[in-house]
Amino acid sequence: MSTTETKTENKTDMTQNLKDLKAREKQLAEWSYEWHPIDKGYNNRTLYINVGDCRIEEKPVSEQMKEKFVGGKGFGLRLLWDATTPSTKWDDPENEIIISPGPIGGITQYSGAGKSLVVSLSPQTDSVMDSNVGGFFGPFMKFSGFDALELQGKAEKDIIIFIDGVNHIVKIYEDPGFAVDSHIMGEELTEYFAEDEKDAKNIGIVSAGAAAEHSLIGMLNFTFWDSKRKMVRLKQAGRGGIGTVFRNKNIKAIVAKIPGVKGNLNNVVDLEKIMEVGRDYAGEMRDLDDKQNQMKKKGTANIVNVMSDYDLLPTHNFKYGTHKDAPKIHSDFLRDKWFTLGINDGCWIGCAMQCAKGADDFELKTGPYKGTKVIVDGPEYETAAGLGSNIGVFDYQPILEANFYCDTYGICTITWGTIVAFIMECYENGVINKEITGGLELNFGNAEAALELLHQLARGEGFGKIAGTGVRQMKKLFVEKYGADAQFLQDIGMENKGLEYSQYVSKESLAQQGGYAMTNKGPQHDEAWLIFMDMVNNQIPTFDDKADALHWFPMFRTWFGLQGLCKIVWNDVTPADNKLEDEPHKIPKHVRNYLAVYEGVTGKKLDEAGLIVQSERVYNFQRIFNIRRGYGLRKHDAQPYRAAGPVTAEEYESRAERYDKQLQEILNYDIQGKSTEEKMAVLRKHREDQYEKLLDAVYERRGWTNNGVPKIEHLKKIGMDLPELIEVIKPLQ
Amino acid sequence: MKIILNNRDQEFDEQQLSISKIMEIKKFSYQKIIVKLNNTFIEKEDYPHTIVKEGDNLMILHLLAGG
Repeated sequence: MSTTETKTENKTDMTQNLKDLKAREKQLAEWSYEWHPIDKGYNNRTLYINVGDCRIEEKPVSEQMKEKFVGGKGFGLRLLWDATTPSTKWDDPENEIIISPGPIGGITQYSGAGKSLVVSLSPQTDSVMDSNVGGFFGPFMKFSGFDALELQGKAEKDIIIFIDGVNHIVKIYEDPGFAVDSHIMGEELTEYFAEDEKDAKNIGIVSAGAAAEHSLIGMLNFTFWDSKRKMVRLKQAGRGGIGTVFRNKNIKAIVAKIPGVKGNLNNVVDLEKIMEVGRDYAGEMRDLDDKQNQMKKKGTANIVNVMSDYDLLPTHNFKYGTHKDAPKIHSDFLRDKWFTLGINDGCWIGCAMQCAKGADDFELKTGPYKGTKVIVDGPEYETAAGLGSNIGVFDYQPILEANFYCDTYGICTITWGTIVAFIMECYENGVINKEITGGLELNFGNAEAALELLHQLARGEGFGKIAGTGVRQMKKLFVEKYGADAQFLQDIGMENKGLEYSQYVSKESLAQQGGYAMTNKGPQHDEAWLIFMDMVNNQIPTFDDKADALHWFPMFRTWFGLQGLCKIVWNDVTPADNKLEDEPHKIPKHVRNYLAVYEGVTGKKLDEAGLIVQSERVYNFQRIFNIRRGYGLRKHDAQPYRAAGPVTAEEYESRAERYDKQLQEILNYDIQGKSTEEKMAVLRKHREDQYEKLLDAVYERRGWTNNGVPKIEHLKKIGMDLPELIEVIKPLQ
Repeated sequence: MKIILNNRDQEFDEQQLSISKIMEIKKFSYQKIIVKLNNTFIEKEDYPHTIVKEGDNLMILHLLAGG
């Protein structure tokens, strides 16, 4: 049968299926609202939906909320703080999921302005989680009339929420039986709510998937309509299990629909100012991208081979930074064999970066959709490393297959990669065996077994279900049930605060060790990626230098999440004259662009120092939110030793020249006649001491006590001395 | 030869090397870099024929702070 015939048949099936679904439609609640235009990037109200009692309300946004919390993650944190108590658990009805794009979110004249921040209490960390995501839903919700969506309660049965920005009505339906997995549900819901194919571009959807229902690591898919391919694509709010919270609330999907995207829906103050820097940036992408990162051809995966060259590509559960087979997953293969090129791949309208690459007509070889040809959204770098090198797989076929299934099942590829890597190391060390895994031979490189583990998770069965609890829970289980060595598992289990590490080897960059383990939500690189500055460029050699970097970068990067912006756009293309700047690593021209865009949208002047203060307020709020919940102190910033140095003799010996040299030159340690174990012990003590000194320096730079608690005087200095924050930290000063 | 590379002592067996060769030896494959030899900017097209000698100060600044 030809592809055209297959598509026609599928279309007929879909149409009949949608008729059946329509016949079963049952509305549970309806709420009308008065729409008014956005004013300088703000609607000045948020939408509250309690899915338990079907209450739908709007809440005003005060000037103080805008001043102190700005939008995006800031709004999410503020609303979550108010909605929960220090003892609220992730699966309590009062836990919330908040989605907010921020004041710049939704503009189309500057690249990367379609991001939303999703905030909730995490099933993995028992504390505050934030995750950023592209796709259409955030901007469409904003154009429908709301700066944030606040979801609380727990529905009795699966529901669909529909924000109708055309007729200005919010509805809740009982789920009439839409598919669970996102690649199908996205298509079904788009067709269900769109008037016709032309209208599909006006639909934005949030959904999870089958594995989100059986794990603690569920993620959320946000759709975007690919007008060239005429199909739904997916972007992910991956980290920390928010998809699990979503399904625990029995929310099947949220849909936003608008009349269309026009030039100035944000009603910005100075559109020309934004267009000017937007055109300039698009010109940089046009002229320079092919000579630089090739984001338009390879996406973020362009650095797979780069990371391998610098010994930073996580391999075999972060033991090593490269592998003899790493050339088999060189990013050129993605460009030349897998990705469809010359096609618009932006996850939001107007983005010149075009990095949301897709592999078309990918035929699945396993699982419930075996034999089906699908589009794989990705792999991005993290996915290629997590589902590839880190589990010893150096073949894009199974990497793409796992990428697709993680997405449609609704689990985070970063988290899953680190989980499987941990399991494989445990398996190879006899911590677990075939009996425990139900027959799966989970050695490094066994792609087939890794895929079966993923399918088990989606079915809620077997060892896959255990894997879906995450590294922290598995460490506990393996010690308690199978008598594993707790210290060994602590050393190799790549998690901090309960969240799995993202995919970079941080052993040789002390600053990045802090960039990971000091991150408020857990070890994701979105606060700071300092490896090149530290390890390669040697730009930040002292503790004070590193502390400055671990102040500026996390604060600057937090700002993207307040505004609705994508961080990739900031530094994945570099202006031609960037070398003439005083601090070229900050890409100062792009920082100036952001200040211009902010002023263009809101009409408010902002300089770089003001930008940092905006972030610092929210950053400290999040730290104190963690403290309020019993976390957020120095002990919670501790890292597994694998992140800092060699845990095993084989790791040490694989880089013996490097480590021996460091022992001799830095510690003046005589290595003659010393065993590997003796040398490892000395190196470990040194590296652990260094990390403690780093914490001291960074806490001081951030205005925190030696225990990592923000000082009251610092909160006053940045204008964040809110009474509810002082109450939490006063006893800890 | 001994040179300063990114503010660290660096020794090579050869007495002189082109910038391209040094980048090959060090596996510096990332494309977004700034190169300065003895505080003078070197353009990309000049890497193959710009020679680094004993005592030189070479800076190869990698512009990735994102990830």
